Amino acid sequence: MFKINTERNQLVIKKLSDKFLDAIVQHEVIADMLCITIAKEAIYPALLFLRDDSDLKYDFLTTLCGMHYPEREQLGVVYHLHSLTNNHYVRVKTATELSNPILPTATTIWPSANWMERETFDFFGIQFQGHPNLVRILNLDDMVDFPLRKEFPLEDQTRDDKDDSMFGR
Amino acid sequence: MAEKQNPIIKPTITEAPEGISGQGFFATSIEKAVGLARKNSLWPLPFATSCCGIEFMATMGSHYDLARFGSERLSFSPRQSDLLMVMGTVAKKMGPVLREIYIQMAEPKWVIAVGACASSGGIFDTYSVLQGIDRIIPVDVYVPGCPPRPEQIIDGIIKIQELVGNESLRRRNSDEYEDLMKKYNME
Repeated sequence: MFKINTERNQLVIKKLSDKFLDAIVQHEVIADMLCITIAKEAIYPALLFLRDDSDLKYDFLTTLCGMHYPEREQLGVVYHLHSLTNNHYVRVKTATELSNPILPTATTIWPSANWMERETFDFFGIQFQGHPNLVRILNLDDMVDFPLRKEFPLEDQTRDDKDDSMFGR
Repeated sequence: MAEKQNPIIKPTITEAPEGISGQGFFATSIEKAVGLARKNSLWPLPFATSCCGIEFMATMGSHYDLARFGSERLSFSPRQSDLLMVMGTVAKKMGPVLREIYIQMAEPKWVIAVGACASSGGIFDTYSVLQGIDRIIPVDVYVPGCPPRPEQIIDGIIKIQELVGNESLRRRNSDEYEDLMKKYNME
């Protein structure tokens, strides 16, 4: 667990609000980490700003992954950013509609996003515009579904040896 | 103090097959002689993908020592092996690779599925895992366990040896065998 650095959290929110006030949907501290939700229209400039601002310097993308909100008919992406110079972490979230899931790529900001965006595309079907090679990375190449979406059945569908009454259904 | 009795260890010597023996000669059928030779010099190809592979390493180690059963020499080339040992979870993406390895092996060839995952998918009842390797290649012996202990793997090898030793020389040319291969879309 990280120590909560309230001062720095305030600084990040202030700096971001100065530039992207309308785009910040929400910000809160969940557990021990500042979490900012940004509208998808401003996500690319906001991430770039977080990396390049001389006080913030989030120069390391720890991880990136997808989310699925079936009730809101949305797909989301969460970015975990780390500032090595300031020893501070921040979590940035954004969302896009399920019917047309397009988001800008982060590979031009942090090259390490390449495989992580491929994985997110593989499992959630989010199209990252500008990605140099957006093809499946872990699943079968001829797969058509996106297996981490909530409606996807986890169990193997090719089995016929299971008695449903034994599984309470 | 009572003296500790050492158990008498008999050397493992393969028994001669049925035949006619006399002074200076021994006669048996070629089938039995070939079966004897094959079953005591199996070259296994280990296809180890997870924890069953670790158990197999113990099986090959000095304590359990699979070499006692004539499987001293592991082959890491499918073209020079007789026995494909599949140990561990096989993801669907790995399926075509396993199939290719099986096709590359020269006849006669045998397959042993070690552990719950290779036999049936095991606990991984999920879209990404092959629910048993017998969906893509024919299997001769299944070893249960998650993972099985080295003794169980040795037991599976002995079962394979029985199959190998008793196999008719013409089995691979039979209609049944051809049908089996056709079922798996091979040849």
